[in-house]
Amino acid sequence: MSRYELRFSGAGGQGLITAGIIMAKAASIYEGKQAVQSQSYGPEARGGASKSEVIISDGPIDYPKVTQCDALLAMTQEAANKYSHDLKEGGVLLIDSDLVKNVPPGNFKTVAFPIINTAKNDVGREIVANIVALGAMVALTGQVSRENAEKAVLSSVPEAFLELNKKAFSMGYDKAVAASA
Amino acid sequence: MSKKVAFLQGNEAASHGALYAGCNFFAGYPITPSTEVAEVMSAELPKIGGKFIQMEDEIGAMAAILGASLAGAKVLTSTSGPGLSLKQELIGYGCIAEIPCVIYNVMRGGPSTGMPTGPSQSDVMAAKWGTHGDHPAICLVPASVQETYEEVIRAFNLAEKYRTPVMVMPDEIVAHMRERIVFPEPGEIAVEPRKTPTVPPEQYKPYDTSFGDVPPLAAYGTGYKFHVTGLNKMQDGFPTTKAEVVQAEEERQVRKVEANVDDIVTFEEYMLDDAEVVVIAYGSTSRSARYAVNAAREQGIKAGMFRIKTFWPFPDKQIKALAQKAKGFIVPEMNLGMCAIEVERNAQGKAPVLGIFRVDGEPINPDQILEKMKEVK
Repeated sequence: MSRYELRFSGAGGQGLITAGIIMAKAASIYEGKQAVQSQSYGPEARGGASKSEVIISDGPIDYPKVTQCDALLAMTQEAANKYSHDLKEGGVLLIDSDLVKNVPPGNFKTVAFPIINTAKNDVGREIVANIVALGAMVALTGQVSRENAEKAVLSSVPEAFLELNKKAFSMGYDKAVAASA
Repeated sequence: MSKKVAFLQGNEAASHGALYAGCNFFAGYPITPSTEVAEVMSAELPKIGGKFIQMEDEIGAMAAILGASLAGAKVLTSTSGPGLSLKQELIGYGCIAEIPCVIYNVMRGGPSTGMPTGPSQSDVMAAKWGTHGDHPAICLVPASVQETYEEVIRAFNLAEKYRTPVMVMPDEIVAHMRERIVFPEPGEIAVEPRKTPTVPPEQYKPYDTSFGDVPPLAAYGTGYKFHVTGLNKMQDGFPTTKAEVVQAEEERQVRKVEANVDDIVTFEEYMLDDAEVVVIAYGSTSRSARYAVNAAREQGIKAGMFRIKTFWPFPDKQIKALAQKAKGFIVPEMNLGMCAIEVERNAQGKAPVLGIFRVDGEPINPDQILEKMKEVK
């Protein structure tokens, strides 16, 4: 079974649960695969540890949580330290290079670029950092096509912010491709 | 024509299932991790002329749905942990007064406020023993988003068919997990109508057993006047302490469920034909168990799973039969051994029962189950 496991981790309020939902929706509704998204978070509305997990497969998915992670997004140093240990050999770690200064060691590929700053300065709004990160994860994991992922983004955000999110997604995708080259 | 699909959370699916079943009244008080049910119902019910009320607390919400049901509505409330504790007195009222209603309770860590965002399966005993006194109990424990949708519909059907409160209890993982759901067409899943009186108002008695163990229920406001009380009652609904009446009525109320277990109890058997190690699991834990059974089979371990879909009434007959041939049972659950007690009761010492109990807010992972399988000799 082609089970592929992704984890979006960081702090509460960074929009990581939303990013996970959109990734899973892209796979499940637009890509014709099966997907399950789950999450864990603390009682705080902002801050505190937050993670969103997505399992993508060609067949039915039983256990909905990560067993051995194929791709990890870490948006805080704490998340990078905590979750990189169960990254698979040959897996991929995406980090925000401004927030994660100590890159955890391991037999995986690390891709780094300033995710939040890309949202703030290149896209124009910090609030879409999660969509920048999503674009990057789509590029790095290859589980869903760029087109299907973009469709999932556009069907998940408010109409007034379609262009903003489209731009954020593209920026993230392109920067990840450039950073991993 | 292709069916409508969506990518939904368990709680959202539950709300849509309730609407499919004809729910037109919701009262509740928001509480993590069940709040999404109230959110969807508050948006959807006004569109179909239904009523949504956010009450002052969970007790008021339970009272409101009982009242609305007596007025002919199909009713739902949703809650979690401490909210379920608050509702218990009135759940008993629903049982003795025989009022159809559905209580959707998402299991989070407890007791008391416990761990509001953490998953748990520790309310399954409260579903049966939470309210005092002998009473019927029906509790469904779905394991996926699609199943949550379908089981909520079934809960409404059972509530009407047996004129009693029915609980649906997903754990927090199932309630907050998102999966693709395929919506049934209208009419594709049967919806049970309420049995209403065939006699004129002057001859109507709300607990008239000449119509069987489940007497017809009139709706207030349709010309039928009748008395409802939490006291032991006679067929006309008025209180009594007459020994033979109380005994017969109590027995009938419990019999509504006990005599119909084969109609109510549902389960899934997975790779049980030649299984020596039988995992008994429910809710999201059954998904870990399925993964573990598949992994065990690859290692040559003859493992299988009995998945409980209806926790109450408990699948006694099926587990008694499994105990005759299994070398051992493994019961993984996110509590300190609630289902395990029921399994032991049915195993009657014929097969050992090994528990994996977690209350730390983390799910039981497949490796834990796989390791435990190796202890069965």
